[in-house]
Amino acid sequence: MSIDWINFTPWTSVGGGALIGLAASLFVLANGRIAGISGLIGSVMQFGSEGWSEKALFLLGLVIAPLLWGAFTLLPEIEIKAEWPALIIAGLLVGVGTRYGSGCTSGHGVCGISRLSARSITATMCFMFAGFATVYAIRHVVGA
Amino acid sequence: MIKLSAFFAGLIFGFGLLLAGMANPAKVLAFLDVAGAWDPSLALVMGGAIAVAAIPLNWARKNKQSLLGAPMQLPMKRELDARLIGGSLVFGIGWGIAGICPGPAVAILLTGHGKIIIFVLAMLAGMYLFSLLERRRTA
Repeated sequence: MSIDWINFTPWTSVGGGALIGLAASLFVLANGRIAGISGLIGSVMQFGSEGWSEKALFLLGLVIAPLLWGAFTLLPEIEIKAEWPALIIAGLLVGVGTRYGSGCTSGHGVCGISRLSARSITATMCFMFAGFATVYAIRHVVGA
Repeated sequence: MIKLSAFFAGLIFGFGLLLAGMANPAKVLAFLDVAGAWDPSLALVMGGAIAVAAIPLNWARKNKQSLLGAPMQLPMKRELDARLIGGSLVFGIGWGIAGICPGPAVAILLTGHGKIIIFVLAMLAGMYLFSLLERRRTA
């Protein structure tokens, strides 16, 4: 293992993480809800489901964030390396997996670990392990 | 008020992802590539988020209502079942292929990168497939 010191951004990452934590705190303290993005999307896909407008407004805020950011300063770099066949497979797996697993990086990884949920800690270990293994297989076994 | 707080929570969440560098799938993949030139940033993002959210979320566990009087809706399930583990493993494989999870996918949807539209459509299709299978299972 070698750390990529050039691209490692400890301060902005801790700061950005703190903002994510602040958003999750606001949502639970004010709305009584977990800021889990996959769950919110799943609910918003069912029109008129419980809390639809609140959940849709959260996602609207998330969608608008880069537009507002970009109105004041330069957006950070966004680079998607995967090509479209891989993106389709990845998207399907992320969609099905997060719904069966009841959450993703935000719901399990941030909110769930914060409240020390055994389910969320287990889920986070599973998707981290699968993510590490997949990148290892693609980059160092197949060599793509 | 409750709608305003939901909107601002989403907005702040998006700013956090952008500031943290997590809206960049290439940076997320650099975290997942432990055998390559490893970028540990994502671990610090999670650490920073958990440090801030831990006290509010534990307060939430002990209260039936939010500060604005909304019912507290925390997940009630306890069991570590095959759906949780299998689903999370499948999610992790998809995450490892493209470096995109649902939060960043939504956050960069309107930044003019055509590829993210493809990913989001496939993700929505996957979620729809889940709801179809669930409906059949419970019917």
